[in-house]
Amino acid sequence: MNAIFDALKWFGESAQWSGPDGIPHRFVEHCWYSLLAFAVTVLIALPLGLLFGHVRRGRLASVTGFAVTSSANAARALPTLGLLILAVVLTSAGDLVPILIPLVVLAVPPVLVNAYAGVQQVEPGLRDAAEGMGMTGAQVILRLEMPVALPLILLGLRTAAIQIVSTATLAAYVGLGGFGRYIVDGYARQEYDQMAGGAILVALMAVLIQALFTVLRRWAVSPGVRLQYAGA
Amino acid sequence: MTPVSPALAALAIGDDGEPLIRWDWIRRNLSDDILSALKEHLILSFTPILLGLVIALPLGIACARWRRLYGPVLAVTSVLYALPSIALFVVLVAFSGLTYTTVVVPLTLYTLSVLVPSVVDGLGSVPAHVRQSAVAMGFGELRRLVQVDLPIALPVVMAGLRVATVSNISLVSVGALIGIGGLGELFTDGLRRDFPTPLVVGIVLIITLALLSDLILLLIQRLLTPWERARATRRKNRGQSRDRDRVPAAREGETA
Amino acid sequence: MITFDGVTKRYPDGTVAVDGLDLEIQAGRITVLVGPSGCGKTTTLRMINRMVDATDGTVAVDGKDVRDVDPPALRRGIGYVIQQAGLFPHRTIVDNIATVPYLLGWDKKKARAEAHALMARVGLDPGLAKRFPAQLSGGQQQRVGVARALAADPPIMLMDEPFSAVDPIVRAGLQDEFLRLQDEVEKTIVFVTHDIDEAVKLGHRIAVFQVGGRLAQYTTPDELLSAPADDFVSDFLGGDRGIRRLRFSQELDAEQAAETSRSRGDALGQDAAGPAVADR
Repeated sequence: MNAIFDALKWFGESAQWSGPDGIPHRFVEHCWYSLLAFAVTVLIALPLGLLFGHVRRGRLASVTGFAVTSSANAARALPTLGLLILAVVLTSAGDLVPILIPLVVLAVPPVLVNAYAGVQQVEPGLRDAAEGMGMTGAQVILRLEMPVALPLILLGLRTAAIQIVSTATLAAYVGLGGFGRYIVDGYARQEYDQMAGGAILVALMAVLIQALFTVLRRWAVSPGVRLQYAGA
Repeated sequence: MTPVSPALAALAIGDDGEPLIRWDWIRRNLSDDILSALKEHLILSFTPILLGLVIALPLGIACARWRRLYGPVLAVTSVLYALPSIALFVVLVAFSGLTYTTVVVPLTLYTLSVLVPSVVDGLGSVPAHVRQSAVAMGFGELRRLVQVDLPIALPVVMAGLRVATVSNISLVSVGALIGIGGLGELFTDGLRRDFPTPLVVGIVLIITLALLSDLILLLIQRLLTPWERARATRRKNRGQSRDRDRVPAAREGETA
Repeated sequence: MITFDGVTKRYPDGTVAVDGLDLEIQAGRITVLVGPSGCGKTTTLRMINRMVDATDGTVAVDGKDVRDVDPPALRRGIGYVIQQAGLFPHRTIVDNIATVPYLLGWDKKKARAEAHALMARVGLDPGLAKRFPAQLSGGQQQRVGVARALAADPPIMLMDEPFSAVDPIVRAGLQDEFLRLQDEVEKTIVFVTHDIDEAVKLGHRIAVFQVGGRLAQYTTPDELLSAPADDFVSDFLGGDRGIRRLRFSQELDAEQAAETSRSRGDALGQDAAGPAVADR
């Protein structure tokens, strides 16, 4: 228990709040890796998920459906740390790209699967009405399927964001910055207060993201959707 | 071999011309390092699964029975689920030191955060008419739970169990950062020596272990719920004829 | 006027949903397509706005082959009402009604004003404008569905079992108001139902379809009732009892239906129509 108090004391030290090893700088680093990976993930996974979910009939639909669902299972089985280290060992340390690859690989499936499932679950009657009123394919996706699927889409984005922020901690292990530095350096120097401080910071960030998405959900999801699928 | 792009070549061979796999390293280290790491990995990933199952079943049943309990439980589990495993490991070192407990406790919490909602959702998936007819036939509460509700909930619970098992198997490796990581220790070893072979071995073993466990659980689920297969085929046949001429709504509601 | 000329719809698996259909649908009138499930009435309706494309033959609106029109453009000019309304859950009632005007690029204000006016016309309380579909009853949702189809003032409306998801009392009310509304707007309406009572009540002309996608009879309600073309049609019209039997056989598996009719026959002692259902 004392160790936790030590960690709290560690937060109080002025050295922690300035310079390249200070919390603000590490925070910016951590955010930078995470945002970069998140942006790439969303750009890849969201359009694909929406599109795959939209195509419901034909051979293509059965192939994509299988691919999407199995990608989720496969991603869960991938050991992040191993991928990260392998990417670094195979390239050069200190580079950002080998870190981004495993982060994105891990974060794509939850976004993909949830967008896909969300769009697929839009009732056929709604699609029928939308098409019957003369919406084009793109309009059906953007004006009907995406807003109705938004709760699930946000869930996928949240899972991905949290996964990225957690995993970005490991970047320190292969020579980059971010909050993981405190954990890795603390472990190397046997300074537990620093390790625990880093752990608390990472945990706070994850909780913050969770809160952020709760707010986002309130703000972005139509009250009509929430009413219709109350409890979902 | 045909020339490939530099990126692919870099994937196959490291900067220094080191091959991705050195079979003689595997042969030399198989009996000591690799097998003992595998054993540790199995213990570290399945202990939390068993503990989680033992706790999640009664907790989930209680939450399904007294819905008011579910809100707070769900809130706690979803926050726990969001916490990075590395953070939990580090914090727990203060309490349980560098022991298996430090890894097992967080993974048990993860398992719970997946399994409790599965149990509640599974029990919620029991159709009202099935439950009512069980009551009408004179099933007592406990008997109904064991003979009606739980069997129907089984597929959903098993789905949760599969997710938790697969994630646990890959998460254990993160424990290597504090020196307790089963096969994950092959990763730290590989980084220390800038040597890809243990990394590849670790990754392949973990993925194989995860997929194998998933498959075994799936087979168990199939064996336990023979009625689900019959339903799946029927649903498929229905789906094919659905678009031709829409079925009246009342009917769709009935089968859903 | 909508014309079907030798129209056939065959699915890739060989099923024929509509078989060589010739049909002229009068402008400004209500034409009801009726028949048991699987008779191709919905497919016929959906070929008018190209939700389904015919395999053979032509469907023409005012002499113009629908195949020559881009589907989205075609559909924006044709009102469409379906069972359970198909309202967008994420949009308010007024925005739901204004869907097609928005698609047509109308000014937002004008579209909303039009939507408000339509709410009154279909008998909806204007206070519901800012509500969401989930907050409305089934009957109210169906009115919104009708208002939405009318929003861009299309000359043609396609209605696919629009009132069958609501209870009989609400349905009767909706039917009455629908007839009153049609007196004002005089649209060309194609209305699909499996309920012969509804067909007789609403239709100026009724097209009876039989399984396999063939048109059994196409005439006025009067003539249909007085002179059914063949056994199938008279069977389909039946008495009240016959209709109830028919719905029965649609809803239950053949086995269950047979069992039920047998037990009813036993109970009544002399029910001639009972066994006939099982045979059919």
